[in-house]
Amino acid sequence: MMENFDPTMVNWARAQFALTAMYHWIFVPLTLGLSWLIAFYESIYLKTGNEEWKRLTKFWMKLFGINFAIGVATGIILEFEFGTNWSNYSWMVGDIFGAPLAIEGIFAFFLEATFFAVMFFGWEKVSKRFHLFSTYMVAFGSNLSAVWILVANGWMQNPVGMAFNPDTARFEMQNIMEVILSPVAVTKFTHTTSSSFVLAALFVISIASLFLLQKRHIVMAKRSIVVAAVFGLLGSILTGLTGDSSAYENGFYQPMKLAAYEGLYDGEHGAGLIAVGKLNPQKKVGDSQEAFEFEVRIPGALSFLTNRKFGSYVPGINDLVYGNEQENIMGAAEKIEKGKIAIRYLDAYKIAKKEGDELQATATLSIFKEFEQYLGYGYLQKPEDAVPPVALSFYSFHVMVILGLLFPLVCIAFLYFGMKGTLEKQSWLQVLGLPMVFLAFVASQAGWVVAEVGRQPWAIQDLLPVSMATSNLSTETVQLTFYLFAALFTILLLAEITIMAKQIKIGPEEI
Amino acid sequence: MIDSLDIITLQHIWWFLCSLVGSLFLFLNFVQGGQTLLWQVAKTDLEKSLVINSLGRKWELTFTTLVLFGGALFASFPKFYATSFGGAYWLWIAILFTFVIQAVGYEFRTKPGNLLGTRVYEFFLFLNGSLGILLIGIAVGTFFTGSAFVLNDYNQVTWSTPLRGLEGAINGFNLSLGLFLVLNARTLGAMYLLNNINFESVTEMEERLRREAFINFACSLPFLLIVLGSLFFMTGFGIGENGLVSMVARKYMLNMLANPWIIGILGGGLILVILGVLLTAKSSKKIGIWLGGPGTVMVGLALFSLAGFNNTSFYPSTVDLQSSLTIFNASSSYYTLKTLMYVALGIPFVLTYVAFVWWSMDRGKVGVKELGSDAY
Repeated sequence: MMENFDPTMVNWARAQFALTAMYHWIFVPLTLGLSWLIAFYESIYLKTGNEEWKRLTKFWMKLFGINFAIGVATGIILEFEFGTNWSNYSWMVGDIFGAPLAIEGIFAFFLEATFFAVMFFGWEKVSKRFHLFSTYMVAFGSNLSAVWILVANGWMQNPVGMAFNPDTARFEMQNIMEVILSPVAVTKFTHTTSSSFVLAALFVISIASLFLLQKRHIVMAKRSIVVAAVFGLLGSILTGLTGDSSAYENGFYQPMKLAAYEGLYDGEHGAGLIAVGKLNPQKKVGDSQEAFEFEVRIPGALSFLTNRKFGSYVPGINDLVYGNEQENIMGAAEKIEKGKIAIRYLDAYKIAKKEGDELQATATLSIFKEFEQYLGYGYLQKPEDAVPPVALSFYSFHVMVILGLLFPLVCIAFLYFGMKGTLEKQSWLQVLGLPMVFLAFVASQAGWVVAEVGRQPWAIQDLLPVSMATSNLSTETVQLTFYLFAALFTILLLAEITIMAKQIKIGPEEI
Repeated sequence: MIDSLDIITLQHIWWFLCSLVGSLFLFLNFVQGGQTLLWQVAKTDLEKSLVINSLGRKWELTFTTLVLFGGALFASFPKFYATSFGGAYWLWIAILFTFVIQAVGYEFRTKPGNLLGTRVYEFFLFLNGSLGILLIGIAVGTFFTGSAFVLNDYNQVTWSTPLRGLEGAINGFNLSLGLFLVLNARTLGAMYLLNNINFESVTEMEERLRREAFINFACSLPFLLIVLGSLFFMTGFGIGENGLVSMVARKYMLNMLANPWIIGILGGGLILVILGVLLTAKSSKKIGIWLGGPGTVMVGLALFSLAGFNNTSFYPSTVDLQSSLTIFNASSSYYTLKTLMYVALGIPFVLTYVAFVWWSMDRGKVGVKELGSDAY
């Protein structure tokens, strides 16, 4: 049977992946959004011929370039880390998961890499139109790259278009269109990219607010803000709509994640949505303690969000762990039992095949097929293992949502005063604008915590637990690489911040 | 047409395509080679800036090709991805480390407030060009000499040495291949810089580059001879008719005899590299890179083809022969390989726009006037 790995090593592997993913995600959303903003600024330059717009474009482009380099640096680790630290995962789902990564490499990365050189060094070498085209290609390429990586991630959340092959002991692709067009993948892409547009818009707003407060580069700052505020507002609306779809899909495909980020232990009809609340830290799965020390609940809203019906039933963590016959919900406890049968018969099938006993192989395979869908559960030790970290999921989700509601208001305020032409007089708004980029980073990171921590203990939802997905490494080995990457990325991040701060201090160059 | 291809044909095509991407990466290693030449060919700050800005317009292409190489292997031969990366852990982590520091090297090197200072970023670039390529050569060397791993019935890998891949460095063949790649990258780097820089204000650097191209090629020859000599005579890992892997005397020579086209591209590639170097060192021409580059691609293709075709294990295990990976047992499913073939139809389109943009940007050489505010 498959080897179970040392849980301490698995947790270090988790920590290393979280570290590299979170570092990478500091830089990527800025690339995704800022690339479009730069393309818009340059479009206005081309349309108006006004050199001020070129100056403005080049300033944001410089900050983009600094950020882009470190995004690339952290990205390469992520791709290869699937092999180095998650080799069992790579083998078991590489047939499906590898395809979007290869497509990303062929179509998106080359687009970015090729036109990046024109965007930065081609001002005097190619025509203005071709330069603008190149800038758009960099933006398109970055976002196309996001399409494929989020298709891959969407598949991890909702594995479709594949089947388990007992002979190779891996999952194999059956229909690539199902993988690409999975509703979860589509929502994942639209929600992630639109939230990145908001982050980039707030990045521009924060820095431009600083210029306004310092009474420097006022015209440039005002122009930057107006375009960014429109972009940020549209991005916010799309983020909200896709966020709603995301929660709705969680109800179908990842009910445990939804229950965790809502702190819902016992399922109910007409379940309320927690607007704000403080979890009871003593609360355990299966006990009778109150889940919250205090909470503000919107009655029926969670049921509506999940099923589009106010009185509908939303299963809680306890239902999903121990089952609920009344609501026809099979619990993790029963799934684990069935999963263990699947494992037993898969092993028996492999032995029969090895010994050339075709009769026995056919018989064991038929029983395995009956329990196949629970295979992943068979590797969990106890039903409670199916529960993700509730507090981390809950607080991350609520921080993300609250900040997500604040951002469009900020964009509207900047847009209103920007259109009125009185932005430079609104010092209160400029002060408010300063921390917005940091809050946007917090919201963006929190979003990924919800997505990834909320999926635990699964690497592939319901199919492959994280504990079975790692490489056969010693704890010390993974610890060492964790610290190495932590040190390296921290140094590079500090360097990036100081370089950016210097460039902001210098401001846009004179043309 | 693609629908009519069988799984064995698809496995061969995908090994060829992965080999092609890997070989293009070896050509694009002129960036890494150029990085290691920085201190030798650029004696003034101006010369240094020209070298960095010339390479800096291409580093992303090399980097992207490496990422694509990884992605293509992941998609088409996931068992290799799982076994090699998860097994030869320290070897791959060390390689990745050198590419992480390269990515920021160009952008951060001269920016005010870069925390570590210009010299450190230049050292990062040197490390990537030297150690990074050496280790990649060692990794490729294990395609022929094997690695110490065992796979269980569920294809989980156990590596038999604590060095996890770094032990490959104590093998003469692997080390020679690594050193050859480093020196070849330096040769290509010199030829590329010669072709890409406007030497109006830095006339002496042109001579230095021509000299370096020749010296590095000459230094690479002994290592090349060791690699080629070994390939002719070494015992390799063959796949028998029963699908079992066994040791076969002079396996790679047999592969060449069975596939004479491999001898053709190997010989042709070497001739092109030699011609490129001679044109660079013994004439005033600057087109050496356009001979040496394709020549390197051909040599790379020959090496990868020897490793994977003609019933050969391309990632052999020295401790359990039957754990060895072949293009047959390591590949993705028929459906995935076929689907990816449709995706691969886009590759010529990608290569076309890369070539067009390269041409558009390189019509004017990198000179002093390129070192304005947009420069690295």
